[in-house]
Amino acid sequence: MERGTAMGRGAMKPTPPPPVRRIAVDRRPRVVQPGVPATSDAPIGEPGNGAGAAVDGIAGPGTAIAERPGGVSAAGTPAAAARRRIVRPSSSPPVERMRLESVSLAYGERWVVRNVSLPVRRGEVLALIGASGSGKTTLLRSLNRLTEITANAGRAGLITLDDEEIHTIEVNALRRRVTMVFQQPNPFPMSIFENVAYALREQVRENPARALLRSRRRLRRSQLEPAVREALHRAGLLDEVADDLHRPALSLSGGQQQRLCIARALAADPEVLLLDEPCSALDPISTAVIEDLIVELRESVAIVIVTHNLQQAQRVADHVAFMHLGELIEYGLAEQLFTEPRQQRTREYISGAFG
Amino acid sequence: MTAAEPALQPPPVAAIVRPRRESTSSWPLVDRLAYWLCWAVGIGLCVVAVGIVLFMFIKGISALRPNLFVESPSQGVLQEKHSGGFLDPLIGTFIVTAIGIAIALPVGVGIAVWLVEYGRPRWLMRTVESAIEMIAGIPSIVLALFGLLLFARSFFGLLSGSTSAGEVLGQSFFNAGIVMSVLALPLIVVATREALLQLPARTREASFALGKTRATTVRRVLLPSIRPGVASGAVLGMGRIIGDTAIILILLGTLKLEGAGGAPLLSTLRGTGSTLTYYIYYYAPTGDGNSPKKAYAAGFVLLMIVLGLNALVTRLTLRGSGERAAVRGIFVRAWPWSGGRPWGGGR
Repeated sequence: MERGTAMGRGAMKPTPPPPVRRIAVDRRPRVVQPGVPATSDAPIGEPGNGAGAAVDGIAGPGTAIAERPGGVSAAGTPAAAARRRIVRPSSSPPVERMRLESVSLAYGERWVVRNVSLPVRRGEVLALIGASGSGKTTLLRSLNRLTEITANAGRAGLITLDDEEIHTIEVNALRRRVTMVFQQPNPFPMSIFENVAYALREQVRENPARALLRSRRRLRRSQLEPAVREALHRAGLLDEVADDLHRPALSLSGGQQQRLCIARALAADPEVLLLDEPCSALDPISTAVIEDLIVELRESVAIVIVTHNLQQAQRVADHVAFMHLGELIEYGLAEQLFTEPRQQRTREYISGAFG
Repeated sequence: MTAAEPALQPPPVAAIVRPRRESTSSWPLVDRLAYWLCWAVGIGLCVVAVGIVLFMFIKGISALRPNLFVESPSQGVLQEKHSGGFLDPLIGTFIVTAIGIAIALPVGVGIAVWLVEYGRPRWLMRTVESAIEMIAGIPSIVLALFGLLLFARSFFGLLSGSTSAGEVLGQSFFNAGIVMSVLALPLIVVATREALLQLPARTREASFALGKTRATTVRRVLLPSIRPGVASGAVLGMGRIIGDTAIILILLGTLKLEGAGGAPLLSTLRGTGSTLTYYIYYYAPTGDGNSPKKAYAAGFVLLMIVLGLNALVTRLTLRGSGERAAVRGIFVRAWPWSGGRPWGGGR
């Protein structure tokens, strides 16, 4: 764990401090109607990047590929050569859950993310791509305030979950609603069952004396079993481990471990799932299984995935955000961004000129 | 997902060339001398270790009598036949160790958790770390002296007996155990801290990302995963307590268990007694007891206890590692009918 040497927050003077703005609070979930240019949902990062049109493409009838303006055949892209794009349009229209407005993030004096504005919607997968050090992971970790465990982290801007500023939500409650899966599979050294059950056990936040009295009445194994099996089923792992849920999690293969981590992250029934390069430590077969899983899960939970693998982004993502040196360069519909990037730097990155 | 693979066949080569051990004949003379010196020193150490164990074994076994384990010692009796055994010191050893560990373990684990998982403000963390190192360096006799001065105050009157004049004695199993816990504390703190530091940051992050507090993470994830580390620290601490003489000399100092009155168990704990180390000290050829054979017998028992604890540490720290499998292999070969368990019956 990185522990900074900076003396504290007081010493930090943010260089570009965009003032925290309050947005009008609208409690209703925002439904993006197909066919209606969702101007209010358009990201602020790039003027006129046609996010409304992008939403059309995804939510409209027919396949997403057929809607692409250029009409270039999918076989022409490098990803299609490796594996067919598995994204079908989501059956339900995307619903906005999280929203980033002019988010800037800093470690000490160094701003690693500047002025990023993005929507995160249920029913679609948002992929963050970009070279190492472009701030993707930091941005992802800020969505459930995991950046805060680094001592000298600073922030500016506004992040909302269902129109509620996330810093006003109790941090552990937020992290149960916005869970995360990491690059390295990191199951706890316990049984498969306990790994998932751990996420299910609620934190007692009440009078400490009463909590102490109640602690003997912890949830029983049999009470948790259906929920554990459900989570394992959603992560597509149940069939492989159903015969013995009580064997050590570390005896699973790497791909199974990562799916166990996804099951663990799904167990608390989160609203947003954050994936930080979930496949970079896995072999192609495990990767394919997890990619299918991601596409399936987006129906019920908003997914943000950070990936270095452009083919992967092409295979799973509906929208893609390209970041470079902490700034959001381009945001758009996946197939449009990969075939007709508007920005020079995006073009260079996806053609392998840097990164 | 592990499919059984056919064993690899060696390539069809007529003769396999293996590297030969490097010859020292081409080395400079100084290098060769240093090389042989290292060998000699290593072997010499083994000889010393084996020598001590063998010596104590021969001397101890020949002096060991079953009645030594069940008879109480009688101080001042110089005839070997009538001076009794080491029942009381044996019990005393267990009492002092139990009290010392019961205090040192929770305190030590708590300190280590705070140092690694919280550790703020930084200056306080560094101060605590220095304090632990300092305590580890204090000679036990100095600790004992400090303990005696402290516990002889009337404030601590409940922990020990008092003289007929009403002065607090300051000598008791309670007091010795408390001071012993200070002796074991640094070992437990260091072992726990090292084990915590070795846990990858991603284990903690995984728990935080599920909305768990730091305290829950420590209790439910971190401490269960470092159990072998904590256990080996505790066993090392026990070894340290069992082997210490100075604290017993000053804070207990009677060969027999002598209660301080009151309820049976409480009376013993508030009273005085001794441990095996004190017994050896008393009956050593230079001591007052005039029966060196009893010292050898007690020394043998003490050595066995400490060696047993060392074996336990090895077992605990090897848990889950390849080495442990290797050690287990030896047992399996020796006791194949019970899967390597010498105590297991034939199945």
